[in-house]
Amino acid sequence: MLEQPTSLTALDARALSSGRLLPLELKSLSLETGGRRLIDNVDLRISEPGISVIMGPNGAGKSLLLRLMHGLIVPTEGAILWGGATMDGQIRRRQAMVFQKPVLLRRTAAANITHALGLRGVARSERGARAIQALQAAGLERQAFTPARVLSGGEQQRLCLARALSLDPEILFLDEPTASLDPASTLAIERLLIEAKHRGIKVIVVTHELGQARRLAQDVIFVHHGRMIEHQPAPCFFEQPESDAARAFMAGGLVL
Amino acid sequence: MLDLSEAFRAALRQIAALDPQLIEIIGLSLRVTLTAVAIATVIGFALGGVLAVYRFPGRGAVAALLSALMGLPPVVAGLIVYLLLSNAGPLGVLQLLYTPQAMIIAQVILVTPIVAALTRQTCEDLLEEYREQLRSLGASSASIVTTLLWDGRYRLTTAVLAGFGRAIAEVGAVMIVGGNIDHVTRTMTTAIALETSKGNIALALALGMILLVIALAINMALMGIRRLASHFAYA
Amino acid sequence: MMGVCTRRNVLGLALAGLAFLACGVPVAWTADNFIIVQSTTSTQNSGLFEHILPLFTKKTGIEVRVVAVGTGQALKNAKNGDGDVVLVHSEPDEAKFVADGWGVKRYPVMYNDFIIVGPADDPAKIARLKQAPEALKRIAEAKAPFASRADDSGTYKAELKLWQAAGIDPKGASGNWYLETGSGMGATLNTAVGKRGYALTDRATWLAFANKHDFKVLVEGDDKLFNQYGVILVNPERHQNVKAKEGQAFIDWLTGAQGQAAIAAYKIDGQQLFFPNPRPQS
Repeated sequence: MLEQPTSLTALDARALSSGRLLPLELKSLSLETGGRRLIDNVDLRISEPGISVIMGPNGAGKSLLLRLMHGLIVPTEGAILWGGATMDGQIRRRQAMVFQKPVLLRRTAAANITHALGLRGVARSERGARAIQALQAAGLERQAFTPARVLSGGEQQRLCLARALSLDPEILFLDEPTASLDPASTLAIERLLIEAKHRGIKVIVVTHELGQARRLAQDVIFVHHGRMIEHQPAPCFFEQPESDAARAFMAGGLVL
Repeated sequence: MLDLSEAFRAALRQIAALDPQLIEIIGLSLRVTLTAVAIATVIGFALGGVLAVYRFPGRGAVAALLSALMGLPPVVAGLIVYLLLSNAGPLGVLQLLYTPQAMIIAQVILVTPIVAALTRQTCEDLLEEYREQLRSLGASSASIVTTLLWDGRYRLTTAVLAGFGRAIAEVGAVMIVGGNIDHVTRTMTTAIALETSKGNIALALALGMILLVIALAINMALMGIRRLASHFAYA
Repeated sequence: MMGVCTRRNVLGLALAGLAFLACGVPVAWTADNFIIVQSTTSTQNSGLFEHILPLFTKKTGIEVRVVAVGTGQALKNAKNGDGDVVLVHSEPDEAKFVADGWGVKRYPVMYNDFIIVGPADDPAKIARLKQAPEALKRIAEAKAPFASRADDSGTYKAELKLWQAAGIDPKGASGNWYLETGSGMGATLNTAVGKRGYALTDRATWLAFANKHDFKVLVEGDDKLFNQYGVILVNPERHQNVKAKEGQAFIDWLTGAQGQAAIAAYKIDGQQLFFPNPRPQS
């Protein structure tokens, strides 16, 4: 189990001064709506590079946790720090997120990317080139001028990922990106994530597929009933899960 | 007994002859309504977009008011503008009464709520879909408005056409503020009212048929746009 | 095709279109030389203005814009300053208008007469009666449909005077056989024709009316049916915007030789609609 420091260490201080978003720290984080505690007192620290996978049974609160980490939702209690800083416009601009269902504007594939680049303040003259680059990396250059919403499910999700990557994020969040995709598309997405990891982007993925987790994860965060049950390096977790819930989950049973 | 078939034939003869007075009347109708719709579109898009995206106190009340104003009777709009522009009224110094400009103003008041309310609805529907992603991308409220307006362009075009249809066919507002003055403020609808009251059924019918053709053209344009939109999955 | 439909192109096209449209619409406040005359629907429906106004414009270069509403409405509009001249046909109201200081001076300009029209089969049997109030009495007794202007017009006021002379108050039967249309002369005639009933109308509107069916002039010639038109300049001291000079020019022309001749010359099917009042030699 990774350390849970409660104060800034020297390592953190260096990260802060160089402006990196890691470590991503959740401190006593809770989310409560309508009297129900959806996220319960989560303490989590993500500081290593690579792909972190968040797993757990349905309804465990994985998606909520991801959205809290991206700053889309404000917690009821506790704090989130990115490299020691709290959320502001600048911090969000250094992150990107891909949702479970692809969200694309009613325009061409390339236009979707140039639009996002425009929102980030990229100069008009640069947008086209960067969009084409991102499309090429995702294998979508031939669909550049196709209306985005006419593309297949797999192509759309690849486009969303290409768009996110074109923004040069430091942290990339993905919420079950391949949940409804065919194996070929899933493979393409996973390849892109591994490439992103090699480029130095921190990737945090929510998935419920064990196979995908095994293929991608450097470390695994197991969530159940809104609580963080385990946070281990991947080989440790898959060999020897510490909690009953995780064991039951890996065995393929329904974890209540 | 009114001979409808004879009246129709006489009407067709007048249309075919391209009677200059007829052309003048049609031209004025189109210029007044198109100008009013253009202005109402600019205001309506902005208003609708802002209402959909921004949160401010009283937002619900403004939205409800706009929806209610969609049903504003044209005569009432005409009456309000007349009271404002009359020489005994606050804006009398502008000397706008009985001019096409007054008619444009009255029609802007009629059309803007339609465009604004439909724009708000369209943008809210789109926002349901896009809200999280746009926030993730770090879009400001203002850029969200422009993004939604462009994205909803097909649906918004039908909103504009709806506004046009309402304006081109109304008579209450333009009659009161325009005065139906020959060669100056006589539109298709006010001319129909006048010619009917003079018993000139043929001319009234001719104008009515032209209005119907315009309404038909609008509807066909609407259908064409919808088909185009779904072809590109832009609906 | 999609590439052309960029946001910038569409916006630019829209702005250009708007500019083009705005230019095309005539602007109210350029150096247009015009006056606004508040007049009645009966005068407009008769077609008189189309005949005489171009002559005035040719002579003086002043365009005359006629707003046709009922007499009462015309006088009210003039009180608001929304007109330079009024031309209506209700002498007592016109006198009050001047007495109250809203108008400068009333000039008699032309006259014609009212007539009672009705369906050919004449259910109330009023044809060729010499007294108009008697005709109205018979209509009331027969409960035959009667379409009334019931607005503030000169025609309506004349009609009310006739009911008074007949000793009948028709309002009790409103909605029954007495139909108060609240509309202009032509619209009211349409109602009478549609309901196969009677109506009081000025002769000029009737002669110009194109929807007569089998209707005829049934009662005419009674002194009480005399219909006098007057023209008044709106008092420029009450409203700054009144174009006194051009307005008076119009009145002078209308009551002068050329205007009066033009009025007399206006005929439909060889019948004269309006008879000029010669200006008193003083």
